[in-house]
Amino acid sequence: MSKIVDARGLSCPQPVLMTLDAITSGTDNEIEVLVDNEASKENVARAAENKGCRIKEILEEGEDARITILKG
Amino acid sequence: MTKNFFSTRWGIICVGAVIGILAAVLQKLGNPGNMGICVACFERDIAGALGFHRAGVVQYMRPEIIGFVLGSLAAAYAFKEFKPRCGSAPVVRFVLGVFAMIGALVFLGCPWRALLRLAGGDLNAVTGLLGLASGIWIGVMFLKNGYNLGRSQATHAGAGWMLPLIMLGFLILMLIYPQVEGEGKSGVLFYSLKGPGVAHAALIVSLGVGLLIGFLAQRSRFCTMGALRDLILFGQTHLLSGFLALVVFALIANLFLGQFNLGFAGQPVAHTVHLWNFLGMALAGLSFALAGGCPGRQLFLAGEGDTDAAVFVMGMIAGAGFAHNFGLASSPKGVGPHGIAAVLVGFAVCLFIGFAMKKKTV
Repeated sequence: MSKIVDARGLSCPQPVLMTLDAITSGTDNEIEVLVDNEASKENVARAAENKGCRIKEILEEGEDARITILKG
Repeated sequence: MTKNFFSTRWGIICVGAVIGILAAVLQKLGNPGNMGICVACFERDIAGALGFHRAGVVQYMRPEIIGFVLGSLAAAYAFKEFKPRCGSAPVVRFVLGVFAMIGALVFLGCPWRALLRLAGGDLNAVTGLLGLASGIWIGVMFLKNGYNLGRSQATHAGAGWMLPLIMLGFLILMLIYPQVEGEGKSGVLFYSLKGPGVAHAALIVSLGVGLLIGFLAQRSRFCTMGALRDLILFGQTHLLSGFLALVVFALIANLFLGQFNLGFAGQPVAHTVHLWNFLGMALAGLSFALAGGCPGRQLFLAGEGDTDAAVFVMGMIAGAGFAHNFGLASSPKGVGPHGIAAVLVGFAVCLFIGFAMKKKTV
């Protein structure tokens, strides 16, 4: 079961804050983060990797992107 | 997916270095001392050129600012990142822009200029930068406690074009009413006859550098506030490396160009009232942190269609009007007659915003 973080429409640093919150608080091994701009996509992926997580995949869904993060 | 080089560590270092070097070169080519680029000062000069304030020494339609927005717009279109959006508490962003400008003008510079002042040997910048970090630290405390300005929504492309079109209009006005030697006014535009407003590089050079930096900064997400915020909030040093590259390369360029002069007293467009250098920049830092970007970043965001950032920019231009009409801005002689009161009011307003905007996003 993966946890979904919807960070669409939010600007820096909210998407990263929400992602790190999900990584540290939940028990889910997989986290999906929805973002709607390139800067957030880069920031979320970079922050997750810094926390020792792995980016499983980044799917483009129209105007949005779905980043799947695997906890390290 | 093609990897965006400028979003890598080396990419942001390159952009910081380019900004630092070009700022020193712009100073050599005519821009004011330790002010090759200053987003706050230059927006204040634009407010002066338009007559929103009548401080005669700071009136010039700075093409660098126009270039920042249009360069970012070009990059956003070239890389399919132009995303018109609106609705994330615009009026709050306007107010934050006003007080960001007031705080910056008590110190006499935005974070970019604080770094450039340091790179030019102005040690007053140290207190300013410590103030900036303190203000951002307060902002981080709010962020940790759930502060946010809410989600934006997609909007019409035309809305995203508003600030770029305003900037284009400013450029056209400048071409219709160019500076006339010895005249304080040309058509509808005001020009300075003395002071920092007279000091400027040629229009084409300023515009060209502005466009290049706007393009690169959009690609790299360069942000001086974000540099310190990410360090304090997440322990991340990505944006910080660009911030440090700016100061290091500006320093090297200044040494090469003979523009380095170490000391506190007699620095160009600066004063030595340490407490208010610190607190002015602390207010600016808090405002930037609550608004999610330094003044440069707000211009680049506005260029890629973020109308909320555009409102912050307009708030800063309005803030420049308040700062000079009300005697809030500092000068080399010291703080303005009402600068201290304005900084205190600014802190009260920012604290109110920080505590009040805590609605959890769903």
